Amino acid sequence: MAPIYLDNNATTACDPAVVAAMLPFFTEQFGNPSSMHSFGNKVGFAIKEARAKVQALLGAEHDSEIIFTSCGTESDSTAILSALKAQPERNQIITTAVEHPAVLTLCDYLEKEGYVVTRLGVDKRGRLDMDEYRAALGPRTAIVSAMWANNESGTIFPVEAMAEMAHAAGAQFHTDAVQAVGKLPIDLKKTKIDLLSLSGHKLHAPKGVGVLYLRRGARFRPLLRGGHQERGRRAGTENAASIVGLGVAAEQAMTHMAFENTEVKRLRDRLEAGILAQVPRAFPTGDVTNRLPNTSNIAFEFVEGEAILLLLNKAGIAASSGSACTSGSLEPSHVMRAMGIPYTAAHGTTRFSLSRYNTEAEMNRVIAAVPPVIAQLRKISPYWGDKGPAENPEADFAPQYA
Amino acid sequence: MWDYSEKVKEHFFNPRNAGALDSPNGVGDVGSIKCGDALRLMLKVDPESETILDASFQTFGCGSAIASSSALTEIIKGKTLDEALKVSNQDIADWLDGLPPEKMHCSVMGREALQAAIANYRGEEWKDDHEEGALICKCFAIDAVLIEDVVRANDLTSVEQVANYTKAGGGCASCHEGIEEILAKVAKEHCTAPTAATRATPAAVPAAAAAAPRLTSFQRMRKIEETIEAIRPMLQRDHGDIEIVEIDGKNIYVNLKGACVGCMMEAATLNGVQTKLVEALGEFVRLLPASQMAKA
Ligand SMILES: Cc1ncc(COP(=O)(O)O)c(C=O)c1O
Repeated sequence: MAPIYLDNNATTACDPAVVAAMLPFFTEQFGNPSSMHSFGNKVGFAIKEARAKVQALLGAEHDSEIIFTSCGTESDSTAILSALKAQPERNQIITTAVEHPAVLTLCDYLEKEGYVVTRLGVDKRGRLDMDEYRAALGPRTAIVSAMWANNESGTIFPVEAMAEMAHAAGAQFHTDAVQAVGKLPIDLKKTKIDLLSLSGHKLHAPKGVGVLYLRRGARFRPLLRGGHQERGRRAGTENAASIVGLGVAAEQAMTHMAFENTEVKRLRDRLEAGILAQVPRAFPTGDVTNRLPNTSNIAFEFVEGEAILLLLNKAGIAASSGSACTSGSLEPSHVMRAMGIPYTAAHGTTRFSLSRYNTEAEMNRVIAAVPPVIAQLRKISPYWGDKGPAENPEADFAPQYA
Repeated sequence: MWDYSEKVKEHFFNPRNAGALDSPNGVGDVGSIKCGDALRLMLKVDPESETILDASFQTFGCGSAIASSSALTEIIKGKTLDEALKVSNQDIADWLDGLPPEKMHCSVMGREALQAAIANYRGEEWKDDHEEGALICKCFAIDAVLIEDVVRANDLTSVEQVANYTKAGGGCASCHEGIEEILAKVAKEHCTAPTAATRATPAAVPAAAAAAPRLTSFQRMRKIEETIEAIRPMLQRDHGDIEIVEIDGKNIYVNLKGACVGCMMEAATLNGVQTKLVEALGEFVRLLPASQMAKA
């Protein structure tokens, strides 16, 4: 039986149309778009076309607001560092406790360099407190960086409203929309968002290409200086084939946007309900009424995530987990901890993230496969008795060191 | 995905001796729900011969935690308690054809559960004394807590010194930023401490040692031997031992035996012995396990 891929928030398969569009740029049109000869004369045009397609997907007003980069991480770094460099009189960054490491690790580093970093907390459902946010904004705020949608729980932040508030305080607003682009309708010209990051490989384009949207008029300082590529805002010879691929992927995402929010969402809901109906002591995490249509993150209590993934993998199912062990760190996912999910559940969080390529038959297989996997691991868990969880699990099994 | 050996996978997918044991007379609970690892080891010990008649486990943890638990029960069944106590975490890892460096702590947890269960059988109190930090050096599996302790105890100020004392950073060098951060953190404590003014900056070689006279190669060898001999009784008390295999310039290769063997403990032991040697010889030497002789 073919394996089932439910890890689309980690990365996606390239759309075959994307691959087909890219191939000529490896073999025939391999020239440098800056050159005068015929080996690259179509490249410049192809990049322009791709830029227009990304512009359409984002609802950007001008095509020159689209800057191609090497990945989502580069876009995030460029945005935050630019805001600090361009506004030396402002030294505060406001972000959230649940951002991707692409933002959080950079902020940790900048904090050591002397910048002031405010990390907004979230509630049990992963939601921000807008009053806390309002109070944090001030005359020294250089940039607010808040993700559009969370990669682990799928929870959506009200970034449009947050951008308005940032502007009122004279600060720039950046959103890491790596998970949102292609899954949620976006119309940037109607918002006050100054900077937005996206990554090709999350929307069926290849890995290693991304975009930084930069609103016309927003003050900017490049991360990479050198040649005149991207109007001098991101030097380095263009990754032409991947940019072309990203253009096609953006076009496909527009075409499938409705499908994503109806059919993919239906499959996700079916999967989640099917699992929760059979597995006791399991609950969905995040803001289930306001999340990405493709994401379901379920906490299975008293079992550990890596063990779940290994058994699922054996059953031909690919998912991911917020457990510490999968990443080799000592603590479970910072997103789950920020939501106050107890350790007994945080280590067992399992994320199923779908794409338009998943089918109903696949959901049925996963719904059948998950319950025995959880039961098998609970059987050997010291936190689980014959009939269910130990009366008071954390007291009943209290190891001698912590 | 982790690079698990076939044996690890086999013991994860088909764990031996999993589940509660009927009326065990030795139980060891170790681990931490915070880190996502917890293990209960249950033993049935024959009071006459002190032989482990049966062993079983319950584990909350990842693939390698479950595999290590399963391996542990297989290894110790049929052994006497004294024999079982000689099983090191490295033995557990070796029995599984190795574990990734990030996962060595699973085998450490296995060994601790064993010590705890035997202490429980004997009516003793088992106390764990090691705290585990974030893994810094992946080449030698050395964590932040250990590095910080050694930096503090020896007033270390450079990455090179840390590598000499702990081996951390002596491999691929990608953890040097992490080590520098630990050095900066400890240095900052010193700055604010009232004793800061009186604290001399450490010389490249520990001060006492720097004054030592130059030795001939014969004297040097004798000195190394004497130093090691003086340490052996201490290790033997902990059911361990050490022997010199080769002295090659500033690299001294040794075999650690018995309870000394094993990732975290081994690094700590080597490190302590190395510090003593550096002091005795008045020069920097590196103490390495004999297994690294070919690589060096
Ligand atoms: C929310 C978010 N931001 C940033 C990234 C990083 O993107 P990239 O892998 O293209 O650098 C990811 C992908 O893992 C993500 O999910």
